[in-house]
Amino acid sequence: MDLLHSILVKPFADMVGAPDFLIQVLWEGTVSGVLYALIALGFVLIYKSSRIFNFAQGIMVVFAALTLVGLHQMGVPALLALPLTLGVMFILAVAIERVVLRPLVNQPDIILFMATIGITLFLIGLGETIFGGENKRMITQELMIPTGNSIFEPFGGFVSIEHKDVTAVVGAVILVVALLAFLNKSKMGRAIRALGDDHQAALSVGISLSTIWVLVWFIAGVIALVTGIVWGARAGVSFALEVIALKALPVLMLGGLESVSGAIVGGLMIGILEKLFEIYWGQPLLGGNTEAWFAYMLALLVLLVRPQGLFGEKIIERV
Amino acid sequence: MLYRVAGQFKTSYKADYALFPVRQDAWLLAFILLLAFVVFPMTANEFTFRALLIPVLIYSLAALGLNILTGYAGQLSLGTGAFMGVGAYACYKLVTIFPEMNIVIAIALSGFFSATVGVAFGLPSLRIKGFYLAIATLAAQFFLVWLFQKWAWLYNYNTSGAIQVPNISMFGIPVAGPNAKAITQYYFVLGIVCVVTFFAINITRGRIGRVWKAVRDMDIAAELVGINLMKAKLLAFFVSSYIVGVAGALFVFLWRGAAEAELFDIQLSFRVLFIAIIGGLGSILGNYLGAILIVALPVVLSTVPRLFGLPISSAMVEHLNIMIIGALIITFLIVEPHGLARYWQIIREKLIIWPFPH
Repeated sequence: MDLLHSILVKPFADMVGAPDFLIQVLWEGTVSGVLYALIALGFVLIYKSSRIFNFAQGIMVVFAALTLVGLHQMGVPALLALPLTLGVMFILAVAIERVVLRPLVNQPDIILFMATIGITLFLIGLGETIFGGENKRMITQELMIPTGNSIFEPFGGFVSIEHKDVTAVVGAVILVVALLAFLNKSKMGRAIRALGDDHQAALSVGISLSTIWVLVWFIAGVIALVTGIVWGARAGVSFALEVIALKALPVLMLGGLESVSGAIVGGLMIGILEKLFEIYWGQPLLGGNTEAWFAYMLALLVLLVRPQGLFGEKIIERV
Repeated sequence: MLYRVAGQFKTSYKADYALFPVRQDAWLLAFILLLAFVVFPMTANEFTFRALLIPVLIYSLAALGLNILTGYAGQLSLGTGAFMGVGAYACYKLVTIFPEMNIVIAIALSGFFSATVGVAFGLPSLRIKGFYLAIATLAAQFFLVWLFQKWAWLYNYNTSGAIQVPNISMFGIPVAGPNAKAITQYYFVLGIVCVVTFFAINITRGRIGRVWKAVRDMDIAAELVGINLMKAKLLAFFVSSYIVGVAGALFVFLWRGAAEAELFDIQLSFRVLFIAIIGGLGSILGNYLGAILIVALPVVLSTVPRLFGLPISSAMVEHLNIMIIGALIITFLIVEPHGLARYWQIIREKLIIWPFPH
């Protein structure tokens, strides 16, 4: 009885009892959800256009942030370091396409997946060799990201919202809108989607596979840079980010591998639900740190009901 | 000339399907076993046993387990590390609850625990396929490692949160724990690996193996010809997790000597997956070749700069190692996506017609 009470009643009583704390938790969840969604977006883009399950997206986030901070430490002004980092991400995209993807065209999915894990290892080694493995501070002020926080007092309580989190959410929204506009309206964007629908057909109407792949990997690099800045501002730049980036995988499962909107909704859902679960159920009942697995379990349960994820394309199988 | 198969006639169906239809294969295997059982133990020192021979055997056993699931039955799994952990923790609990139990029996039983857990996490495979399933196995990976940390009963409420292997003897000879000699442990692991490999070879080339291959190649078609998908997939999860669990128990008891939950993290899963893929999916031999490569590579890479007297700091060597391994994985995938086992096949075919190529 006590157990049932502490599972079914007490958490909700706590939520209603301290609405300001609930709002704070929801806000924190939303911010991390936005970050998960951003990483997942990079995955989705690459998966849509090339059916490659890009495991390296997480390390690309770290690598982009490291490059930015590293360049700044070498004396490059922050606002110049930003385009330079974009340049590095472009070179990376070209290199990946030339060296890794082109020779592996038409290989089974799992081989390409393993190749992206190879890329991950390579980038970890490269990043550590060039910039060192220690935790670095994100150049927040230099990039003119506002710091400090606002305090609200709803319901006579206390909610603190950091300005850089607000910047993160706004930045993410702008990025997503721009990306959707690009994918749906521009010629290049339509070519990307065409390639995602049918490689052969797209090739036969004259869409260049290699150009699109470079483009897609570059866009994924840009998304990685934005994610890296935002996340680095919260937690510093280190290779630990890569492990957190794995969270994007359940986000993808939940949203469906092909869906941009699915990635966003899935990211927000997982971000918020895992925070709620951790605070109200995990810490009192299970000893905490449930964030390590909650997202995966949630995604697993959803998949049992909908094998293609919430927004994925319906899987039609033919023999 | 050496590998000439002409003249080796098969006069019955049984002879054609024997384990070694070609006599030279049997000789080659005998030679490898001679190396493994006699030559290596006589020449190896403590370092070689601990850094190369034992880990190669244990990793290849884990990769063999994964290969049965991924290479033969076609179900991609990223949770191998956690299943190894289940085997290790189960073996630890068995050994501490029943100290008189023979270690071989404890290890054999601990495989059943990981097999049960594997089947439980394999259930979604009936509905989920491909990468979705791979991410679903990640749920097992992260949940189980969390459980190893939080469930204090598993590590007997140690303050360190780690499991320590006690001294275990078999027939008066210490085989596990701080007192055991490396050569005993090597023979112990080698024995288990040989037995498991023998069973694995025979399972995969028999009826069950063919059912798995049918499911891997196209599961709907397999279902249409009357294969029970649920049975086939769950059996694959069972056998695979059993072998992986045994490998996990060996990993801690016969090699590491102590383990924390973090030892079984996703990096371990990936390492085993690398071995299986670089070795060759859907091949038994590949696991050994892959394990030799992945285990020996860091050892070689860290000794090479020292040999040339290059002034590189150990941290730098570490970073370069990761980079080189990443690059090598990509290179191997590009050069031969079917893995090292494929190389052996090509060499063997060349040898058969040598010296008279068409």
